[in-house]
Amino acid sequence: MIPHVPLGQWVSDLIDWLLDAVPWLFDAISAVMQVLVDGLTDALVSPPPVVWIVVFTVLALLLRGPWLALYTLLAFLLVVSLELWVETMQTLALVLVAAVIAAAISVPLGVLAARHRAVSVVVRPVLDSMQTTPVFVYLIPAVFFFGVGVVPGVVATILFAIPPGVRLTELGIRQVDREVVEAAQAFGARPGQVLREVQLPLALPAIMAGVNQVIMLALSMVVTAGLLGAAGLGAVVVRAVTQLDVASGFEGGLAVVLLAVFLDRLTGAFGQRSVLSRLRQARVRRGRQQDAPVADTRVGAASPVGARSVG
Amino acid sequence: MAPPVLRVTGLTKVFGAREQEALRLAGEGHGRDEILRRTGATLAVHDVSFAVERGELFVVMGLSGSGKSTLVRLLNRLIEPSAGTVEVDGRDLRALDDATLRTVRNQKISMVFQHFALLPHRTVRENAAYALKVRGASAAEQRQRADWALETVGLLERADARPDELSGGMRQRVGLARALAADSEVLLMDEPFSALDPLIRRDMQDLLERLQSELAKTIVFITHDLNEAMRLGDRILMLKDGCTVQLGTGPEIISAPADDYVADFTSDVDRTRVLTAGDLLREPRLTARVGDRPGDVLRALGAAEANGVYVLDGDQVVAGVARDDLLARAVQEGRTAIGPRELVPDYATIAADRPVVDFVHLVGQHPVPLGVLDEAGRLLGVVPRAAVLDALSAVPVRGRRS
Ligand SMILES: Nc1ncnc2c1ncn2[C@@H]1O[C@H](COP(=O)(O)OP(=O)(O)O)[C@@H](O)[C@H]1O
Ligand SMILES: [Mg+2]
Repeated sequence: MIPHVPLGQWVSDLIDWLLDAVPWLFDAISAVMQVLVDGLTDALVSPPPVVWIVVFTVLALLLRGPWLALYTLLAFLLVVSLELWVETMQTLALVLVAAVIAAAISVPLGVLAARHRAVSVVVRPVLDSMQTTPVFVYLIPAVFFFGVGVVPGVVATILFAIPPGVRLTELGIRQVDREVVEAAQAFGARPGQVLREVQLPLALPAIMAGVNQVIMLALSMVVTAGLLGAAGLGAVVVRAVTQLDVASGFEGGLAVVLLAVFLDRLTGAFGQRSVLSRLRQARVRRGRQQDAPVADTRVGAASPVGARSVG
Repeated sequence: MAPPVLRVTGLTKVFGAREQEALRLAGEGHGRDEILRRTGATLAVHDVSFAVERGELFVVMGLSGSGKSTLVRLLNRLIEPSAGTVEVDGRDLRALDDATLRTVRNQKISMVFQHFALLPHRTVRENAAYALKVRGASAAEQRQRADWALETVGLLERADARPDELSGGMRQRVGLARALAADSEVLLMDEPFSALDPLIRRDMQDLLERLQSELAKTIVFITHDLNEAMRLGDRILMLKDGCTVQLGTGPEIISAPADDYVADFTSDVDRTRVLTAGDLLREPRLTARVGDRPGDVLRALGAAEANGVYVLDGDQVVAGVARDDLLARAVQEGRTAIGPRELVPDYATIAADRPVVDFVHLVGQHPVPLGVLDEAGRLLGVVPRAAVLDALSAVPVRGRRS
């Protein structure tokens, strides 16, 4: 007989120990996130909806053109008419805070992994396990550390969204034409200069594809966050499920989809704007491939980088 | 004596984990395949030594995989050598710390890449100014040097374009301008024209020749095209599986390829464009001077079984040709010195650097062989018709496989 290895017990002990040893750390994280999400939510819901709808529409027009602007206008008007505006803005706040933090962690980590093999070797299996661990398994420690409410939702979302951000950044930097990097080195550029002047700009489309994925994954966690007690569309859907209320379940789900399409198209533009037209074209192709809207919120990494052609 | 600009000694590069073991095996004389089989490491370059003098265009050539790109990257330490030294102006690159190495790369050695390697998000001018930017030069100086370099390569009017708006040939001009703007002594060029269409390639070779005659850089030029090597190179190093198989001038390599590998290359070469009058030059068997006695000259002609002879003045300049029939008449008419009346312009001459294709139609048309003159019109030597035919038909016997 193989004796039972009390792995689960060890993890549980570890969590207890952490809670005991550094409770202030979790309190601090919790407080900061709460403030960020609350602040952003306040900013989004306090003015009348029309203010932000105009802002979003103009943003869409500037970054992507009239079609997305039209979509934005109609989509958010629909949200208002469904009386889901506040919930949608709560969700948007949660997604943005989580995505910004996830990007702020994953992009530098991706850069490090691309530059140092050792980092890559360590980070990769961690990312793999993060990505394959069922979401609900994060939830238990998240609740332990941060209680219920919006913070565990944000934390779980961040953990969930980091891997593709790191991966796409690392891949993007590794894919930068080796000769161009060599050219910078051959003319005496310092490693930091090579990174700033060559690797980051040339990897920008891939990095932005990563940021886009981070946002999409964050959105896909909305319902889970609702389960943990975060206010917003997730809560609407969860409530509908528990009450078997098909109508409001559909409306909540639809609002998530509308928001997802808006964010996807909008952030898809980042990679294009400032960067070179060559990659712009590659990106246009990718845009065409990805036109099935929410379907790709979870599939993630496959297409964006593949579509980027070098040379 | 000043050291050569670039001196490479015993340069070796092993890619792979078991470097020391691979080096030991290489030292024992095992080849690349054997080493790869026994250690899993690739012997990319093995024990290459050469020196490049100031102003020389030194070509390294070999088939794909022979280690050319690795070799040229060892020269500016983009790749760390496994063994051997690289000296630039007598300074060993391997002894330099990172900061000094970067300074050397920035100011002494510039590189031109096979696929241009331009920064796609910068303008042509910014690309050309890259070395100066890295150096921390002022904006005005960057602009001035970049514009000079772009003008030199004939691309100033496209200075504000982005690289992706340019054709391949133009992009490589930018690559060249970037190297020139740095004002470094040494230029490393890794197959710079291989990615271009043949016609554009010809243009770029012309451009490089012109630049080289004006700027006299010290160039290490990589190619897999022997015609290009012959055309541009002062000397050529033939690389095979990372090892030197031959080092010499183009004509030397053509007329005596070291082995089958080299001979395979040379069989593709158009010899009439590679061999020059200077390569085929012989001492004339006989010359006469203005004022010589016609009778003596006629007798010498008879002994040499020739029909005519170059007559030189006091400065070795060709005055004309004395033909046997005119000499005989001078003897009959009792003249005692060769003068204008005995001389005819019945000869052809050529400069030493002209290729065979330019003079092959001139040989054998006159009583004297083709004369090879220097700029002052002095006779350096002659090219008999037999020498031309011999050179053109000389398929290196050792080299033919079938
Ligand atoms: N970074 C590397 N790692 C491992 N092997 C390499 C590396 N670079 C080149 N090689 C190997 O070294 C040999 C010489 O390559 P290279 O210098 O690129 O040749 P060439 O430029 O003449 O085509 C090849 O067998 C190649 O596979
Ligand atoms: Mg090569």
